[in-house]
Amino acid sequence: MSDYEASENETENESMAASYHYDDDEDDLNDDELMDEFDDAPVTRDADVRRSYTVAFEVRTSEDLARVQQTEADDVGAVLGVSTEAAATLLRFFRWRKDRLLEDYYGNPDSDALLKRAEDFECPVCFDVDCPVAQLKCAHAFCTACYARYLSGRITEEGESRRIQCPDASCSVIVDEKTVETLVDPKVFEKYKALLIKSYVDDVPSLKWCPHPNCEYAVQCKVPASSLDEIVPSVKCGDGHSFCFGCSLPQDHQPCVCSLVKLWLKKCADDSETANWISANTKECEKCQSTIEKNGGCNHMTCRKCKYEFCWVCMGPWSDHGTQWYNCNRFDEKASIDARDNQAKYRAALERYLHYFNRYANHEQSAKLDKELSEKISAKMLEMQKTTEMSWIEVQFLSTAKEILLASRNTLKWTYCFAYYLTRDNTTELFENNQRDLEMAVEQLSELLEGQFEVEKMGEVKQKILDKSVYVSGRREVLLTATAADLADGRFTWSLESSQTLALLAPAGKK
Amino acid sequence: MSNIFLKRLTKELRDMQTNPPSGISVESADDNLNVWKIRLVAAEGTVYEGEVFTLQFKFGNKYPLESPEVCFLLGCVSGTPPMHPHIYSNGHICLSILYDQWSPALTVSAVCLSILSMLSSCGMKESPPDDAAYVKRAGNNPKKTTWAFHDDSV
Ligand SMILES: [Zn+2]
Ligand SMILES: [Zn+2]
Ligand SMILES: [Zn+2]
Ligand SMILES: [Zn+2]
Ligand SMILES: [Zn+2]
Ligand SMILES: [Zn+2]
Ligand SMILES: [Zn+2]
Repeated sequence: MSDYEASENETENESMAASYHYDDDEDDLNDDELMDEFDDAPVTRDADVRRSYTVAFEVRTSEDLARVQQTEADDVGAVLGVSTEAAATLLRFFRWRKDRLLEDYYGNPDSDALLKRAEDFECPVCFDVDCPVAQLKCAHAFCTACYARYLSGRITEEGESRRIQCPDASCSVIVDEKTVETLVDPKVFEKYKALLIKSYVDDVPSLKWCPHPNCEYAVQCKVPASSLDEIVPSVKCGDGHSFCFGCSLPQDHQPCVCSLVKLWLKKCADDSETANWISANTKECEKCQSTIEKNGGCNHMTCRKCKYEFCWVCMGPWSDHGTQWYNCNRFDEKASIDARDNQAKYRAALERYLHYFNRYANHEQSAKLDKELSEKISAKMLEMQKTTEMSWIEVQFLSTAKEILLASRNTLKWTYCFAYYLTRDNTTELFENNQRDLEMAVEQLSELLEGQFEVEKMGEVKQKILDKSVYVSGRREVLLTATAADLADGRFTWSLESSQTLALLAPAGKK
Repeated sequence: MSNIFLKRLTKELRDMQTNPPSGISVESADDNLNVWKIRLVAAEGTVYEGEVFTLQFKFGNKYPLESPEVCFLLGCVSGTPPMHPHIYSNGHICLSILYDQWSPALTVSAVCLSILSMLSSCGMKESPPDDAAYVKRAGNNPKKTTWAFHDDSV
């Protein structure tokens, strides 16, 4: 009787070496042991003091990774009495789960792979006779030229390394490192070694590559995937690139959790409304209708013509913004509650989404402008000091202010993504208070940078900026610490309802 | 196309043309040797006596390290696939050496011989019991099916 299972995918070629059974879905790995291996190594540690909202992590270079693999293989080789290369092959096969390997190995001891020469040999691939022969313990023999061609293809074309099997398609014996080295040319072997190191990072759950383009650092962090609703594991590679260890987003998305970040980014990419977001950097003054251009990060705008002061984000009068009445960050849910028919519901849901999206996108935009502006000022000040009598004043404070401003705008940006999904309750209320306080502080610092840097008042301005930077940094700490604690305690509840309403009620033609 | 691929298939083709195994003849092969059509004549004294079938071999450039894609052709010239418990009406063949038991030491002629012997050992013309369901779900390439081989003697 013939049975089958039609599948869209390629025939699974992942069948394992003869006697090894390995279950992919058991992820009970505890790689404490691996972490320990690294501990004797001189690693770059996160220099910052640990804060409650940060996670412990270590930066790994490819040298670190190669050394740890070597140490692991040496250890296992010594225990099993096999060569380091053979031990490495076994370890890779078991995805570096030493305990699994040892358990399995003692059940089925296996000899080393070998190469040999045979007489009266006809290569089954090219039909050449009397050529040098290579074979593994499975005794599938091929001429060395065919063997090498096969290995090079797997390595250079398919980027395969730890799971290259015997060339005989029905055989699942794994080709070991030594065999590869003997057969392929040194350039290919180099590539193979690099792939092996890379595969190590792929195999060990606590290791991840820095997602920034062309960055070669890996980071080791033990936050399990199951706790990503309670922790936002932001890490930094050896080059200072921030990224999320949980979802590999190439930026720090604290305080928002990974799952909501993913939903949000997808939503923003899908939504046609998003594309129409605020026509770049110009708006009309509400009072005199003259065109106003935004050229700094600060959102406190003053119309040149009529002197009307307003907020770039909500277009409301600025006078409300510097005070306890500041309400620019909160969305007034009244319209959504009152909405009766579908059209009104849709409009309310859309308005709600745009409220959050506007602020999210605006902080991203403002961060760019803040950065440009502060760099311009730094350059200008250095220039002034060269050409005028002005006493020397260090400009480091400007780059400190810039860093704090950028980090805080980034945090604020993600608070809007987070708040969009939060249900309205006391925890959210507190969260929005912290958001408001940070936002007010950020706008004040941003405004200081936009001010006049007159030579006589330089010392005074510097002190003001320094003080405000410290204050902003403190507000950010407060927000992140409080949010981390509430997340860890499961005090937040989020609902995906509002974004669903938006999708469901979208008029025809809009999706 | 690699040299090995051409060298090997050229030699196989020459061998089959100069010294064809009984009941097997190469009908056509394209210039690149990528697609071959082979005529199988069922042996005398079998349930298929007097019937002629057309097999198609498609070789990927990893041949012979990877198996060729083999199936029976159907059409007015090619006829229909043999009615056999391991051969589906879309031409797909349930034979382990074509899939996970492939070895580069196997040749076109060896594959044809084992398909012929599969026909010869069959006592009753019968479609696979799951033929309709399989044909509905399967794609064109039989290598993309995950086959389970239960009994090779039928
Ligand atoms: Zn060869
Ligand atoms: Zn083998
Ligand atoms: Zn990096
Ligand atoms: Zn994340
Ligand atoms: Zn105006
Ligand atoms: Zn301003
Ligand atoms: Zn506002």
